[in-house]
Amino acid sequence: MTPDRLRLLVPVMALAALLAGVFYMQPRAASYNGLNLLLNLAVPIALATIAQMLIMAVNDLDLSMGAFVSFVACVTATYLKDAPALGLLILAASVVIYAGLGVIIHLRNLPAIVVTLGMSFVWTGLAVLILPAPGGSSPDWLRGLMTVKPPLVPMAIVASVLIALVAHLLVMRSTLGVRIRALGGNARTVARSGTSVIATRAAAYALAAVFAILAGMALVGLTTSADANIALRYTLLSIAGVILGGGEFIGGRVSPIGAVIGALTLTLAGSFLSFLRISPDWQIGAQGAILILVLALRLLFNRLEARR
Amino acid sequence: MQDPVLQVHDIAVRFGEVTALDGVSLTIAPGECIGLVGHNGAGKSTLISVLNGSLTPQRGTVGGQPYDVARARALGVRCVFQELSLCPNLTITENTRIAHRDLPVLGWRKLARRIVRDSLDAIFPGHGIDARAQVGELSIAQRQMVEIAMAFSSPAAPPRLVILDEPTSSLDAGLAAQLLAHVKRFIAQDGAVILVSHILDEILSTATRIVVMKDARIVAERPAGEFTQASLVQAMGSSARELTARRAQITGDDVLSLSLPHGLPFHARKGEIVGLAGLGGHGQTRMLLALHEAHAPQWWPAATPAVTFVAGDRRLNGTFDLWSILKNMTAAALPDLARYGLIRSGEETAQAATWKNRIAIRTPDLQNPILSLSGGNQQKVLFARALATRAPVVLMDDPMRGVDIGTKQEVYRIIRDEADRGRTFVWYSTEMEEMGLCDRVYVFREGAIVAELVGDEISEHAILAASFKGAA
Repeated sequence: MTPDRLRLLVPVMALAALLAGVFYMQPRAASYNGLNLLLNLAVPIALATIAQMLIMAVNDLDLSMGAFVSFVACVTATYLKDAPALGLLILAASVVIYAGLGVIIHLRNLPAIVVTLGMSFVWTGLAVLILPAPGGSSPDWLRGLMTVKPPLVPMAIVASVLIALVAHLLVMRSTLGVRIRALGGNARTVARSGTSVIATRAAAYALAAVFAILAGMALVGLTTSADANIALRYTLLSIAGVILGGGEFIGGRVSPIGAVIGALTLTLAGSFLSFLRISPDWQIGAQGAILILVLALRLLFNRLEARR
Repeated sequence: MQDPVLQVHDIAVRFGEVTALDGVSLTIAPGECIGLVGHNGAGKSTLISVLNGSLTPQRGTVGGQPYDVARARALGVRCVFQELSLCPNLTITENTRIAHRDLPVLGWRKLARRIVRDSLDAIFPGHGIDARAQVGELSIAQRQMVEIAMAFSSPAAPPRLVILDEPTSSLDAGLAAQLLAHVKRFIAQDGAVILVSHILDEILSTATRIVVMKDARIVAERPAGEFTQASLVQAMGSSARELTARRAQITGDDVLSLSLPHGLPFHARKGEIVGLAGLGGHGQTRMLLALHEAHAPQWWPAATPAVTFVAGDRRLNGTFDLWSILKNMTAAALPDLARYGLIRSGEETAQAATWKNRIAIRTPDLQNPILSLSGGNQQKVLFARALATRAPVVLMDDPMRGVDIGTKQEVYRIIRDEADRGRTFVWYSTEMEEMGLCDRVYVFREGAIVAELVGDEISEHAILAASFKGAA
């Protein structure tokens, strides 16, 4: 078994264990509707996690992920519904801004954490300007897309598989994906091969913005309205999802399939704790405990692997 | 005469106050292997950076037109660097994709896998490396093999000039011989090779022409046949000093001991220099790390550490790249330089200055960043860091990789001095002559100690015999 597959085993096991726990506590969850309800909020989180993963693949960290997804949600719930052309233009411009961030971070050799932290205030500010009070509404086609009922398997699972597949093709199989990961692994090698490091980093950021935009839109499609603070949790959730899924903070080691599974696991962890009747006061702590447990498991696996 | 592959004329490169190249001209013709030799800091690495396009000289012309990395690759110039430069998180196939930009967009995996496998088969028959393996999983020797194979391979136009910077430093004798044989085949087919090596035998046996660099200039350039080992060393300007004679057998108390799962147990006495020999990657580094783990404090730094470590892979676990030379040098001895937990900067500067003089680190100012030094001088800083501590045992993990002869001699002398004062050295090295400096040598094979040689028993023949015993 390749080390990458072995890495994937831990998140898969964690997800399976949580699912088993949920089904045991609440057997009615093991149904078409039950699964959809449990997991549909995981779809935007999975998309945001993929976005974060692309940034982490080039050894950076995006602390504006939550603010940006909130901003996109606000644009989606207002402009994209009322003036689709303008809405699309705004979203396209934000992709360009993300690519520009990648360029600036590279050229000025700035820490991405600082730049994106700064940008998070910009995004939140813009979101508040667009939607000072919670409101807006989802474009009908988006609402329809997010509530579609495919036969046999609920939307949440179909969407998750689709996201994982597309991201896997893009990041693990395509030339661009290899270049992005190579940049995280050894930037000098990329430069020496004659590939533009700036273009590669900009592409990683732009691609991340596209996935983050999809996350914001999916979120509005599910909740039908938006709020400037709707997705602030996503910053840390997306980072946790990447790590949970077998990714690393540095070195370009990422796994798109793992990241999606990580996002599903994090979403399920919340429901599981509710089913256990753990008071919301303790839930964040308990969620952290689950995270530590899974990471400890991964460490154990790494040790076993090293001993072989 | 055929058109040259690449021509550089009168180039000069300066880094701040350091002149790295000064009026260097070189013409590389097809079908020749240029042996490039010189001290550390003589300008070899800079010349290579210019040739592969990653450095633009302040003066002079390269290749006759604007020259950069893309242009160099278009001309068929490939480079294998001294420090390994693959992406450890990618598979070999994916690394090939990065190296070869001219692979097709679709179906590149299959093609990349094929060309790297073919090239590996051609250069290192029986290599046993799977192109789908992740580079991070490979040993240093295997990574070097992959990098060399990648440089000699191509999806379209074959490479015309391959620059090999210390290619054999991580390879054992058998693999090195395979590589040098391939270099000869390659130049027979009108390829050109620039071979940089500190192993003069390799240069003398493989190169057709030898270029000697000293102090940023080319000081000698003649057909290889006109050089001998002695005349080469003379041209480089370092005099091959006699090795310090070994002392009588040391009988003291053991300061270190470790029993390994297989083979003979390890022990080292006070004031002894213990060598770890054998082919590269046969468990020597692992034992050094085990020794370090067993004796270094795990939780809280001890005032007097029991062991200190000199890393061979200085990029990976040696230098603090962003720090000055001074801070790099004193990093291990800070408890001695501090009072009430605060560093006394006067003492720190004094200690660093002492060591700068003692092991002759060539820099105008210790406040310069560590990366302003040449590789050999960086390695000296790591030695100074280890020796400046009060640790009675120094573990050395092939610390002389890619260090020039002059520097080596200086360091050998210091090691001998320190040993005479009662320090114990455990020294893993892939170079035979360094084993000749040890009081006692353990030979490793397949993760176990298979032989112990004491004093006069230590010889190249005895070490080779033990390393290859039982092998086909």
